[in-house]
Amino acid sequence: MPVVLDADRISRSLTRIAHEILERNRGVDELALVGIRTRGVPLARRLAGIIRDVSRHEVPTGALDITLYRDDLMRTSVGAQPVIRRTEIPFSIDDKRILLVDDVLYTGRTIRAALDALIEFGRPKAIQLVVLVDRGHRELPIKADYVGKNIPTSLSQSVQVRLMEIDGRDEVEVQES
Amino acid sequence: MKKDLLSIDDLTTEEIHLVLDTAEAMREIGQRPIKKVPTLRGKTIVNLFYEPSTRTRTSFEIAEKRLSADTLNIAVAASSVLKGETLADTALNIEAMAPDMIVVRHASSGAGHLLSRICRSRVINAGDGMHEHPTQALLDAFTIREHKQRIAGLKVTIVGDLLHSRVLRSNVLLLTRLGADVCVSGPPTFVPAGIERFGVRVSPRVDEAVAGADVIMMLRIQQERLHGAFIPSLREYFTTFGMTAARVALAKPDVIIMHPGPMNRGVEIASEVADGPYSVILEQVANGVAVRMAVLYLLAGGSEAD
Repeated sequence: MPVVLDADRISRSLTRIAHEILERNRGVDELALVGIRTRGVPLARRLAGIIRDVSRHEVPTGALDITLYRDDLMRTSVGAQPVIRRTEIPFSIDDKRILLVDDVLYTGRTIRAALDALIEFGRPKAIQLVVLVDRGHRELPIKADYVGKNIPTSLSQSVQVRLMEIDGRDEVEVQES
Repeated sequence: MKKDLLSIDDLTTEEIHLVLDTAEAMREIGQRPIKKVPTLRGKTIVNLFYEPSTRTRTSFEIAEKRLSADTLNIAVAASSVLKGETLADTALNIEAMAPDMIVVRHASSGAGHLLSRICRSRVINAGDGMHEHPTQALLDAFTIREHKQRIAGLKVTIVGDLLHSRVLRSNVLLLTRLGADVCVSGPPTFVPAGIERFGVRVSPRVDEAVAGADVIMMLRIQQERLHGAFIPSLREYFTTFGMTAARVALAKPDVIIMHPGPMNRGVEIASEVADGPYSVILEQVANGVAVRMAVLYLLAGGSEAD
């Protein structure tokens, strides 16, 4: 199966995105990172690390679990409920510029759920979307502000992101399912 | 998960851990400025309480509302039950209005099982007579795990009216399943025959039972269920079995003191213990909401029966 991004490419993409974030927001004032569980969280932490190295400023970083906001919950009565993990946003998001981070942007439904979840924590000044991979096939009017790599896919394929913190290695793979 | 939660035995060991882990995530919702998620939007939950309850009913209702369910409470004092309607008829009539879940508390053991047989709605047992109170045991386990980071291998001592206590039964099933060393103590009239078969040790002397305990759980003297001479007097009970600071000192230095409430101060527990540094009684109440949110969420999904 083809690996479309290796560890080097992932690392360079994140470095570029971190610089784009600083450029577009003219610095780190009011910035905060929120990673969507599961793999958005380590990505958000890595971006925070790169921004720290570049700007010598600590950007507050949180984790968001969107399970309870999913639009496909309770639609079927078959099978067990998805596992919920902790949401940890240990700072006020009021008047912040929130960088919402996820690994793959696909239908846009996860991001819709994340926006709903985030709004309940306060009123940010802006929310910008960061994704490592945009694979297309949007079902909702959602667009990423920062993209690691656009990967055209067919609906029969699946995009597998593996990260050191969770999977023991960094790579993005496209699989025929 | 099975369709209903009537007993701890309806849960596999993995499902117990799943409930506790999910409750961990649910607790964070209660710390937000907006304490509500849309998960159970459009679901109707009926709280059918045939016995007085402050904690459990409030706890379920808050849990349901935090998950955005539509809830209604049927307090029996203001319902047709007073006109002579049976539990089964009341249940069928509620069922006709198509709720998704029924939370039931009743003075008769097995009331939840009866509802489970005749209702398509999911049924949660919020206490049935002297039988079980599964969500209480789950919140107790959650509280223990939070303080001790584990349950296996802990010495848990449960003292009081073992005979009439549904809290005891659910806790014994749950704690022994998770590998705790459970020791029970109480006056002989309160010790059910054959309780050892549940895998607990019986210690007639409370000082022995408490010695070296990691957790002490006190049970309420349920005067509404005591029809007969079980104990000579409440004062004598307090002297012989009441949890005093002197008895707490026999346990481990980091012991936690639990009580399912409502407390009879000066009967099963001294005020200085109930309000003291080892007491986690109010934490139990706080954790109850998170644990019930977890149970409601997990039950609202699919079941093996579907």
